[in-house]
Amino acid sequence: MSTNGNMNLTLKVWRQKNAQSEGSMVTYKADGISPDMSFLEMLDVVNEDLIHKGDDPIHFDHDCREGICGMCSLYINGQPHGPKRAITTCQLHMRSFKDGETITIEPWRAAAFPVVKDLAVDRSAFDRIQQAGGYVSVNTGGVPDANEIAIPKVIADEAFNSATCIGCGACVAACKNASAMLFVSAKISQFALLPQGQPERYSRAQAMVAQMDEEGFGSCTNTGACEAECPKEISLTNIGRMNNDYLSAKLFRQEDVNRG
Amino acid sequence: MILDAKIPAGPLAEKWSKHKFNLKLVNPANKRKYNVIVVGTGLAGASAAASLAELGYNVTAFCFQDSPRRAHSIAAQGGINAAKNYRNDGDSVYRLFYDTIKGGDYRAREGNVYRLAEVSVNIIDQCVAQGVPFAREYGGLLDNRSFGGSQVSRTFYARGQTGQQLLLGAYSALNRQIHEGKVKMYTRTEMLDVVVADGKAQGIITRNLITGAIETHAGHAVLLATGGYGNVFYLSTNAMASNVTAAWRAHKRGAFFANPCYTQIHPTCIPVSGDHQSKLTLMSESLRNDGRVWAPKTPELAQKLRKGELKVTDLKEEDRDYFLERKYPSFGNLVPRDVASRNAKEAVDEGKGVGGSGVAVFLDFAESIARLGEDTVRAKYGNLFDMYMQITDENPYKVPMRIYPAVHYTMGGLWVDYNLSTNVPGLYCLGEANFSDHGANRLGASALMQGLADGYFVIPYTLGDYLATIGPKAIDTNNPAFAQTKKDVTDRIEKLLALRGTKTVDEYHRELGHIMWEYCGMARTEDGLTKAKGLIASLKADFWKNAIVLGENEEFNSSLEKAGRVADFIELGALMVEDALQRKESCGGHFRVESQTEEGEALRDDDNFAYVAAWEYKGEDVPEVLNKEPLVYENVKLTQRSYK
Amino acid sequence: MSDFKQTFNSSLGKKLIMALTGLFLCTFLIVHLGGNLLLFSKDGGFGFNVYANFLTHFPPVEVVAYLLYLSIIVHAVYALVLTIGNRKARPVKYASSNNSPASVSSKNMGLLGSILLVFIVIHMSDFWYKYKYTDTVAFKEYRTNLSSGITTVSDFTPTSKDFEHSVSTQGDEEVVRVKDIHTKVAASFGQLWYVIIYVIAMGALSFHLLHGFQSAFRTVGWIHRKYTPVIEFVGTWLFAVIIPLGFALMPLVYYFQSLSK
Repeated sequence: MSTNGNMNLTLKVWRQKNAQSEGSMVTYKADGISPDMSFLEMLDVVNEDLIHKGDDPIHFDHDCREGICGMCSLYINGQPHGPKRAITTCQLHMRSFKDGETITIEPWRAAAFPVVKDLAVDRSAFDRIQQAGGYVSVNTGGVPDANEIAIPKVIADEAFNSATCIGCGACVAACKNASAMLFVSAKISQFALLPQGQPERYSRAQAMVAQMDEEGFGSCTNTGACEAECPKEISLTNIGRMNNDYLSAKLFRQEDVNRG
Repeated sequence: MILDAKIPAGPLAEKWSKHKFNLKLVNPANKRKYNVIVVGTGLAGASAAASLAELGYNVTAFCFQDSPRRAHSIAAQGGINAAKNYRNDGDSVYRLFYDTIKGGDYRAREGNVYRLAEVSVNIIDQCVAQGVPFAREYGGLLDNRSFGGSQVSRTFYARGQTGQQLLLGAYSALNRQIHEGKVKMYTRTEMLDVVVADGKAQGIITRNLITGAIETHAGHAVLLATGGYGNVFYLSTNAMASNVTAAWRAHKRGAFFANPCYTQIHPTCIPVSGDHQSKLTLMSESLRNDGRVWAPKTPELAQKLRKGELKVTDLKEEDRDYFLERKYPSFGNLVPRDVASRNAKEAVDEGKGVGGSGVAVFLDFAESIARLGEDTVRAKYGNLFDMYMQITDENPYKVPMRIYPAVHYTMGGLWVDYNLSTNVPGLYCLGEANFSDHGANRLGASALMQGLADGYFVIPYTLGDYLATIGPKAIDTNNPAFAQTKKDVTDRIEKLLALRGTKTVDEYHRELGHIMWEYCGMARTEDGLTKAKGLIASLKADFWKNAIVLGENEEFNSSLEKAGRVADFIELGALMVEDALQRKESCGGHFRVESQTEEGEALRDDDNFAYVAAWEYKGEDVPEVLNKEPLVYENVKLTQRSYK
Repeated sequence: MSDFKQTFNSSLGKKLIMALTGLFLCTFLIVHLGGNLLLFSKDGGFGFNVYANFLTHFPPVEVVAYLLYLSIIVHAVYALVLTIGNRKARPVKYASSNNSPASVSSKNMGLLGSILLVFIVIHMSDFWYKYKYTDTVAFKEYRTNLSSGITTVSDFTPTSKDFEHSVSTQGDEEVVRVKDIHTKVAASFGQLWYVIIYVIAMGALSFHLLHGFQSAFRTVGWIHRKYTPVIEFVGTWLFAVIIPLGFALMPLVYYFQSLSK
């Protein structure tokens, strides 16, 4: 088995006991790392070592380890999810690093994403934004046959592209303003494009943007860092689409767009 | 004890509608007086929580992830079956029912499976209305594909992430109810026990994973939608934190655990690359439509390949054994999952395995690329090839993929009746966590269907019947059962935190995984299982002596979380082995080497084993008691599966 | 009414204000560059001085001008407000430097904008303020022979302190007396440090508009599969190349002319 790797690395990791305490960067050695390991498996190895020594293991969020749950969230060497494009941290492998390299690992940084412990942050702001209006108000049952709604393939595909967002928060982490616009706009776009989303289109945009602002995210300067770092390559076009819907809702629509 | 599944009498096609009519209803004005607890927010949990809240019940929902959207349903790739017959290719509710019963190797209930097929059509309607972006054709209508060897095209899909899109749909419905104030959502909160008071489930005990606070939640009913237990094998395609704790705690409070030995091993996963491996990645089985599975003809050749003395592309055609095509000329590479998996294992066991570890076979696209061109192959499988390249650093357009089976799904789970109620009144179980609909083997694209069927279209009806019966009186949390259960939970945590031994919890988990995979994996023998029994018993004893569990309760403590889960997995492992031992037949995902046809295929024993094995917990270190629910087939004829 | 209040207090509303004021300032740049091209005509500053006079005395233009000044202030103030908000959105900074790919201009809009603001202050206090509110700018008299079309220039000293400009006809000559901002411009552009400031500012303008122009369209939500590339093209070539280059050429040409005198 190709277990025994030959890479020796230095890790600089943010350690913080809980939300209330101060944190700091702590240096660890990660020796005998195999290039076939995933980044998180490398951290597993470091943690096993720490536990054997009786030290608190490094806490980081992770779950599916196949790039879809959106749980993993490490800011590695100045980039969310590390140096490779269009993947999550769990899909990053150690062969993307050089032997002897120093790797800096930090949590997502944003006022709206407070650190919970070490590298794990609280992303419930994203949930609250979606609770504000990220849905089509239909009850279970009593809906038309699925094929009664014809949707042009290109529109369905575009909506799907927006819907691929995994809610990891890399867009916020990458943005110099800690803005959540890419996330929020992807969620708004999915419904804004589909016929099912039309009845609530404007009230939804209004409600979700209002909640986004309340959470304390920064505003967008269209730098595109979010798009470049998004593991699902969500397009900046979504932001334009959201702006259009929001401003139409607030400035031009005659109906009351304020959701109850 | 003979269990009553409460399947309604009457013709198959009328059972569910008649049953729905016979169920009691809760007065609309009374609904808000009931509180329903839902644990788990995957497809089954989120859809149940949302649907019940829409009806007017107060729902309290829990998940251990940081958001309900991250439940592992999200990772399902392929699709969801529904008997819509949009393709005019002869599909029907009855055909989906029949395929599911047959695919499950005749170990599922007719009544349940028919209902599943019946409501499958409503699921698609519901999801589309929610805005789930299913794949469409140029005419704007929904696209379908065939899946998992099915002879009709009934699978609806959203590229390679159907699970995420369906879960986001259910999550959006849940969000709407959270916004309305009808659902109170607790995230990063793990259920650690069920409160059974006066013979009924009346609440749960939870731990806040961040603060460690142990809390009591009361409800008129408790719904467990906590997923499968594949992680008992340590390596599986499940998420890292997927666990059996909720179901196992319920089991220890009296709920029967059914068919625990039924596990599905998926043939096309990326093989293990080393001891550091933390999880296995599945690649859609659609790959077998164009890929050819093979191993070197002899162990000598395999060894040369492993050592790098021979390049795979230099291996002559006559030195390759396309073993599936050779053994199953009519189905070839498209044999069902269990058959494909077992044959790969055989090749490896004969020393013909490839790759660094020697635990893999090839899945070769060279012929397809030559026939269809690289671009066509890329269009079909590009994302899977990319994923493979990302993980292995090998280019499958140039060299064959290496694959090996991995644990993927568990058909067993808490025993439930037709109403999804466990044998503990007020305690319900939905989705992969229950045992009911897939028999001994699950068909592709049926897991999503079952989760959503349970949550959207079954539990909203059946739960009302129970709630109407018990009445809306507030739950009395002064019942001593609440305090006692909470004390049991804190005692156990203290016991775990007192462990300051020499081995990490992960090391125990890995060891358990090795035992389970070796003796209770793709092929099981009397001797092996008996050996495993002993190994697990000593592992358990060792765990409670030598494990290291660091830190304290009042913090975000991953060590403690894992320890509790692994302790439960060890106990579950023992029960799986017990179950595999008693089932001396082979069926679906359970292959007993002693029970095979002359051609080496799984051989069922319908006379002696056409029953559901429901295990009853009798106390610490006391053997569990086997209860049987006979399986009655009134509509289908039991036959031996053949794929020759 | 509360809808409007809410809108302009929202992050998107504030960005809308940035975008609209920014685009308005962009349109002004076209007009300003067009007028200033008169600096390149060899007429002793006649055209340019008349144009400057027109800008400061034609009432509708004056109204637009004040809108313009207001836009600059609003654009700058909102930029400040948004920047403060954005800083607050990330109270703890990263230890490693940000390696996410994004264009230099988009990451430095605040810095570029600040350079431009300083420049505008220098520029306006030197020309506009002196022109309008002081008597440090001298007058010129342009006599144009209506039959030959030949214009002669001479200094002019008004008798009244309130004199602004006049156009009269004496025989077959049209006499135009107007403030001579052209000479002031030529004098300023003869100083090297002044030219350097201008060139730097125009560099900043180029990068500011390279991102700002197309970004503004995105912010107001005007995105279109077919037209967005057109906007990006215009933003790049007209606003980030032609306009800054045109403005930068003026001090450069005057400076090198002054060297050869």
